[in-house]
Amino acid sequence: MPRLTRDGLDALRAELRESTRLGAPGRRVRLTVHLGTCGLASGAGKVLDAARAALEERAVDDVVVATSGCAGLCCREPMATVELAGEPPVKYADLDEKRIVEIIDEHVLGGRIVPAFVLGTGEERRA
Amino acid sequence: MKSPSDRTSSRKSLPETDVCPELASLGFFKSQRLLALRHRGLLNPEEIDEYIALGGYAALPKALFDMTPEEIVDEVKTSGLRGRGGAGFPTGIKWELARNAESKSGSKYVVCNADEGDPGAFMDRSLLEADPHAVLEGMVIGARAMGASEGFVYVRDEYPHAVRMITRAIEQAEDYGLLGSDILGSDFDFRVSVVRGGGAFVCGEETALMASIEGREGRPRPRPPYPSQSGLWGCPTNINNVETWANIPCIVERGGEWYSGIGTKESKGTKIFSLVGKVVNTGLIEVPMGMTLREIVFDIGGGVPRGRKFKAVQSGGPSGGCIPESLIDLPVDYEELAKAGAIMGSGGLIVMDEDTCMVDLARYFVSFLEEESCGKCVPCREGIKRMREILTDIVEARGKEGDIERLEELAYAIKEASLCGLGKTAPNPVLTTIRYFRDEYESHVLHKRCPAKVCKAMIVYRVVPERCTGCQRCVQVCPVNAISGPRSQPHNVDLDKCIKCGACYEICKFDAIAGDAIYIE
Repeated sequence: MPRLTRDGLDALRAELRESTRLGAPGRRVRLTVHLGTCGLASGAGKVLDAARAALEERAVDDVVVATSGCAGLCCREPMATVELAGEPPVKYADLDEKRIVEIIDEHVLGGRIVPAFVLGTGEERRA
Repeated sequence: MKSPSDRTSSRKSLPETDVCPELASLGFFKSQRLLALRHRGLLNPEEIDEYIALGGYAALPKALFDMTPEEIVDEVKTSGLRGRGGAGFPTGIKWELARNAESKSGSKYVVCNADEGDPGAFMDRSLLEADPHAVLEGMVIGARAMGASEGFVYVRDEYPHAVRMITRAIEQAEDYGLLGSDILGSDFDFRVSVVRGGGAFVCGEETALMASIEGREGRPRPRPPYPSQSGLWGCPTNINNVETWANIPCIVERGGEWYSGIGTKESKGTKIFSLVGKVVNTGLIEVPMGMTLREIVFDIGGGVPRGRKFKAVQSGGPSGGCIPESLIDLPVDYEELAKAGAIMGSGGLIVMDEDTCMVDLARYFVSFLEEESCGKCVPCREGIKRMREILTDIVEARGKEGDIERLEELAYAIKEASLCGLGKTAPNPVLTTIRYFRDEYESHVLHKRCPAKVCKAMIVYRVVPERCTGCQRCVQVCPVNAISGPRSQPHNVDLDKCIKCGACYEICKFDAIAGDAIYIE
């Protein structure tokens, strides 16, 4: 990667915004496992592994699996967020390896939210 | 979200109505305002591209090309941002001092202090793990403003995940030319390295931290000279907390004026707290300065679990102080907390309920500090030790009349005479618990009673025969077989065998076993 200039950074940002946008090719869904130390301590690592394995098993290629830091509500970890292109993100809490697979089958692949594990939908308030 | 009718009938157990609440309407999230945590949950910290796509590294070119270093300093001064590590020194003024300081060798340094050591606090760790580039971007901007060419992130090695995230972030930023020589094609050079600390609490103190970075023993030295005059290797050095750095890109991008519109008169912006202890929702929160403790504990935290009564909040960790229920409407900012005898600290909030003994709490924090005192100055090394001894005597029912006054006297001496912040703040938990809960101390010292029924030397576990149903659950959990009695008949506790572990008390749902404080001869 060449070192960026100011203009190069702006161009890269524009390009990334387009290529990482949900709905771009191969990016129908973003599945984020919140992987701070709090999450890791309560088993988020296993949830992430289970999610990756389940997606591989089902030969899914349009889901981006990402990790992220602490989602805030540490007592409800492990948590994960599912975002389908064009829909508000859905945050799930108190997950384990089985629940994440259920969420993948129902929500990620089937488009049906799994209310039993939902913490909330939509965005947080940002300043 | 799909409407309920779109769902298949395969999930029979689910209610047919739409039960999913909006995240922003939940008590925990509703009144938070995310600034330093602006990318919470959105960003993969291992990918610099995601940070850039979300608008990261937009403040940096502005600071490098559109602003002079003086203008950056002015912007930070206008923002009213104060150090988030605890003391609350105005960041802009600190930067100006470092900017104007002469360096004999020409070098200046900036440091990110991530040596978070307060028990129950995890603001720095979470931020470094979740958004390492925000911290780095803040550091580059600060370095530009102060004319520093090298920076350090001092993070404790017991935060392995945070160390991995920040190390990876530095590598990626270097690859993109956002760190290193001629950043973004400007003539500005700045490098950052990670220094892993061994986990000594005192190394969060800036002079001890610098000694540790230099490879010496992590012990403080008297100030002045302040780091801005003579810091790392004798050069002007600016040290800010993780959260302070993470706020900088926002301030540069949106302006100091905008930032100063958030918060209270003297405390601007937002503050991250780790909300823990006897509270329903434990976690990491960011709220505007000036929010009341009541809102934080009850609206965001969801109150005290299991129907217990709220008692106090410990703010600022072991160097902080305890704030009682009578001050629950206190707006949280630097001044108000100081007035109450506590400190903002780096943002630890530990909620306590009626089952917490305040004397035992003070003893816990003082023992922590006794262990963490570096031993260099006498008031801290000896004073804290003596305080711990007196407190241990009190909780073990050996308290004597005059102990409370002795504690107060010692506390003031330690505060006055200690070399660094560790000693100067160490008596805070003792002083605030005495100030607000003197009756509890007196009860321990004079009557050998622990009102919260915590101090083992002052309690015995007895069965209340009229209320015992003889369910035998306590018989089963007792690790030393001290409880006996046939099923359906009142049980009995053998006080000679009882080790006062409290297991029976916890399990007895009818409260037949009452931890009743009695006199100990």
